[in-house]
Amino acid sequence: MNSFYPWLILLTPFASATVITLFTLRWKPLSSAISIAAVLVSFCCSCLVFAQSATSAPAFVWLDVPPIFRVPFGLTLDQLSRTMAVLVSGVGALIHIYSLGYMRDDEGKSRYFAALSLFMFAMLGIVFANNFVMLFIFWELVGFTSYVLIGHWFFRGAAAAAANKAFITTRIGDFGFMIGILMIWMTTGSVVFAEITPRMPMFGGHTTFVAIVALLIFCGAVGKSAQFPLHVWLPDAMEGPTPVSALIHAATMVAAGVYMLVRVAFIIQASQTALLIVAWIGTITAVMAALIATQQDDIKRILAYSTLSQLGYMVMAVGLASNEAAVFHLFTHAFFKALLFLAAGSVIVMLHHEQDIWKMGGLRQRLPITFATFGAGALALIGCPPFSGFFSKDAILAVEYEHNPPIFAVGLFTAFLTAFYVMRMLVIVFFGNPRSDSAREGRESPPVMTMPLIVLAVLATLGGFAFFARNFLALPTEKAVFVPVLAIIALIVGVGLAIALYRGRATEPVKVELLRRKFYFDEFYGWLIYWTQDLLARVAAFIDRWVIDAGAVGGSSRGTWGIGALLRLIQVGNLQAYAFLFGLGVVALIYFAVMR
Amino acid sequence: MITLGDYLVVSAFLFTIGLAGVMLRRNLIVILMSLELMLNAANLSLVAFSRFRVGVDGLPDYNAQVFVFFVITVAAAEVAVGLALLVALYRARQTTDVGDITSLKF
Repeated sequence: MNSFYPWLILLTPFASATVITLFTLRWKPLSSAISIAAVLVSFCCSCLVFAQSATSAPAFVWLDVPPIFRVPFGLTLDQLSRTMAVLVSGVGALIHIYSLGYMRDDEGKSRYFAALSLFMFAMLGIVFANNFVMLFIFWELVGFTSYVLIGHWFFRGAAAAAANKAFITTRIGDFGFMIGILMIWMTTGSVVFAEITPRMPMFGGHTTFVAIVALLIFCGAVGKSAQFPLHVWLPDAMEGPTPVSALIHAATMVAAGVYMLVRVAFIIQASQTALLIVAWIGTITAVMAALIATQQDDIKRILAYSTLSQLGYMVMAVGLASNEAAVFHLFTHAFFKALLFLAAGSVIVMLHHEQDIWKMGGLRQRLPITFATFGAGALALIGCPPFSGFFSKDAILAVEYEHNPPIFAVGLFTAFLTAFYVMRMLVIVFFGNPRSDSAREGRESPPVMTMPLIVLAVLATLGGFAFFARNFLALPTEKAVFVPVLAIIALIVGVGLAIALYRGRATEPVKVELLRRKFYFDEFYGWLIYWTQDLLARVAAFIDRWVIDAGAVGGSSRGTWGIGALLRLIQVGNLQAYAFLFGLGVVALIYFAVMR
Repeated sequence: MITLGDYLVVSAFLFTIGLAGVMLRRNLIVILMSLELMLNAANLSLVAFSRFRVGVDGLPDYNAQVFVFFVITVAAAEVAVGLALLVALYRARQTTDVGDITSLKF
């Protein structure tokens, strides 16, 4: 019976999504109750599975085309996936409960909870997938639920556009991912992780080929984890409800890219070139997103860019072949970033959906619990020593210092930037004087929203203690002492600078247009699409309109019409002319029949 | 001695007169009469062929003569229908001149 718990983890949210969609769309409280019950069952089973060290789940063959193609439907139950399942279902459960408060009066509450359940199913599917095909299917399913949830308020044009942008942008990465999977299957003849590992020598000495395969698979992670250059969708995805931003676009789905990289690390680590490119992509994303975050005014967008930056750290760690550090940061990040988003959501709701930080201010007295929990999350994010972020970021920085000093320098600079923009946000939102009426009158959120905040705050604070983490994962041992020292110096400088610059300000003192406009990425992509895709589309439209429509279709119709018009000139209406033509025809027939 | 060729020449004359009548005369009744003339020209040549194609038993080939009876029958039917149409047309249009009947065109 025990071996069915893993399946239960996966299938309860799916059952919940099905039941809600088919039967209970009209009864909103019932729908939310079903969804929350499902995620709690899932969480309990995850804990049970996590506690049992040796569990196996029954698997069955899903597709079988002997002897070339075989897709089992089985679950991976190693340390990594079991821990990840606890994390996903745990954070998921807290966010489900928080959503009860946040989506209290929403019209589409049932639809929202159905999509959340479906997301849990898909995300846990990614976590447990034991082969590429299954992984890819759940991967796309996660993308779809992300689309649905970003576009939850689809009647707002910006939300609908953001949903499209997220889906299409990640599809670009997924296309590369799919080609990578096909190339692996072509070479090794298998899509199952455990079968590919021993067959890696089949790639032989073809280093370029391995590098291409690894980078194509990395493409999937670039799309899903919003790495440079496909990062543009994540900040726009903040149009969705805030719990969705917390769950999908901070804690779990965007981390799925990193999780997938760790899962297939044996492929990426087969190529040094691929590793280096992965590491540098992560580095560029980290520093670029941190730079942009220093100049944003929307509280959720600041957090979104900070997510990008932290994901950059994780990808960086994967690129330096240190999966433990990446996964460790993934875990702590999931806690503190979910916390930050939920706390920000609490602020936003209490201020009647105001997201501009310059219209907040002085909220620490009005929202004490939110302030305390947000503060804990912020300290964890910037890597302040007792909080979880310190340990995980320190682990990554140590790895960088050991393997690649230039990346270490950039990483340190990013840590400084992180401290700067987080402290800027904290100072502007919670200190100083209230700068709008809603900020003066805001009240603390109901317990259904503050309870998850407190739980997450405790996790974000304690989650990093080495003994706590070491029980879950094997950490790289600390070698350089002065890495944490440098990190703390960067932190202090960043915090000090932010406080000095933003204390008591009511407007932005320094405006850097380049950063405010996010390095003009959207404009550049707009331009690029205008000159490539739109140009192609215009050429195709021209050909369709003038060659196919006017030429082939219109031409044949006009040709028939024209010949008809010519022929009807013969129809003069004169009986004797007809008789004459008839006679002429007979003569011609006789001529051809007899004389020829 | 009257030969087959003489009959055929007369038949050709008759046919040509009929054809010319159909093509050139404007009155529908005359055109109908010219049509009958063409049919009779054909009948004449058929009978001539029958008469001059004598079998081994010394009798002419009667097939063509039977055919002529059919033609006469059809011609009678045609005249009946044609004249009926003509009367109907005259009642509708008060004319039998083909120059005035030109509705059948684009």
